Amino acid sequence: MNTPLWEVFVRTRNGLAHKHAGSVHAADATMALQAARDVYTRRGEGLSLWVVPSNAIVASDPADRDMLFEPTGSKIYRHPTFYEVPDEVGHM
Amino acid sequence: MYSQALNTRDTSTDSSPEAIRFQARIDDEQRIEPNDWMPEAYRRTLIRQISQHAHSEIVGMLPEGNWITRAPSLRRKAALLAKVQDEGGHGLYLYSAAETLGVAREDLEDQLLSGRAKYSSIFNYPTLSWADIGTIGWLVDGAAIMNQIPLCRCSYGPYARAMIRVCREESFHQRQGYEIVLTLCRGTTEQKAMAQDALDRWWWPCLMMFGPPDTDSLHSDTSMRWKIKRFSNDGLRQKFVDATVPQGHFLGLTFPDPELRFDETEGHWQFGAIDWDEFRAVLSGNGPCNRERLEARRKAHDDGAWVREAALAHAAKQRKTA
Repeated sequence: MNTPLWEVFVRTRNGLAHKHAGSVHAADATMALQAARDVYTRRGEGLSLWVVPSNAIVASDPADRDMLFEPTGSKIYRHPTFYEVPDEVGHM
Repeated sequence: MYSQALNTRDTSTDSSPEAIRFQARIDDEQRIEPNDWMPEAYRRTLIRQISQHAHSEIVGMLPEGNWITRAPSLRRKAALLAKVQDEGGHGLYLYSAAETLGVAREDLEDQLLSGRAKYSSIFNYPTLSWADIGTIGWLVDGAAIMNQIPLCRCSYGPYARAMIRVCREESFHQRQGYEIVLTLCRGTTEQKAMAQDALDRWWWPCLMMFGPPDTDSLHSDTSMRWKIKRFSNDGLRQKFVDATVPQGHFLGLTFPDPELRFDETEGHWQFGAIDWDEFRAVLSGNGPCNRERLEARRKAHDDGAWVREAALAHAAKQRKTA
């Protein structure tokens, strides 16, 4: 049996979100955390680690990209620059 | 540490709508991600290149690991240990990137251990003295950095991201190596002779690390079109020589090449002919240490089998009792 694959997420500094760093192989969650520590944080890059079984991640299909994301392209009124505020009002 | 241009020829020209869209994305400098459509040959080329690169990192731990217990001071020992751990880490980043293309790491390891996969020719040379450790950091890692910096912009996202991490860490390797050589060159006559001997043995194999000359390199064209590779072997080799020769002269060392001279008009260091027969012999398994390196990897893999089995058995038992 192959050793399970885990995706590794590292939170680098206070206030930032966990970010995907790569993957490790490990028999269980405890060993996955230890391996992730050794592989992805050898220079104090991390303040916190997440490991997630790779097969637990559900990803969108790149083929569905237009269907999923294109509809927001025309909704420019969702951006602050869509609205006019007179210069005299100053920064808003 | 480094990948070598060992790709095999691929002449497939795919003119399907997907292939045309794929090439357009590449031309537009977009990154290709794991689940995106890609030509089979692109996938195969990347699996081969990334796994060879990973194998090189892992095998590359052996020549340096040889000196950890004999490092001349605690400072040197700590640095060398950290460097060898980095090589292990780099191998793992790269296996992780290769796995996003749909191969299992166990299969890639099997290709290495069975001798079917290639790794960089440079790691089949022995580390005979402490000066070799400095020279490897200075030259081998220096050459690796030249090769790897363009790979940070490789069209395949996971490979490019792994290379960014690798390059960030690799510069410590080169600097610690140069510091070792510098210390030897400022030491006794015997110490300086050690440094010279190491340069004499490593210089030409380092130039071979960039792969065969452009005139006989199969496949560069396809890899360039796919933006897996961005500079030719000869171009990178020249860049390395231009950067390295002045560093060697600063140390007061002599390069083992009577034809080495600075061409004022071209602005480049010209060097003599490389012995490509030696390169081919080492690649085909007949370098000084090929057998020893693979035996060491196989032994480590076999000796670790019970640990892997025990860890899996423990995890299975924990799940059952949970």
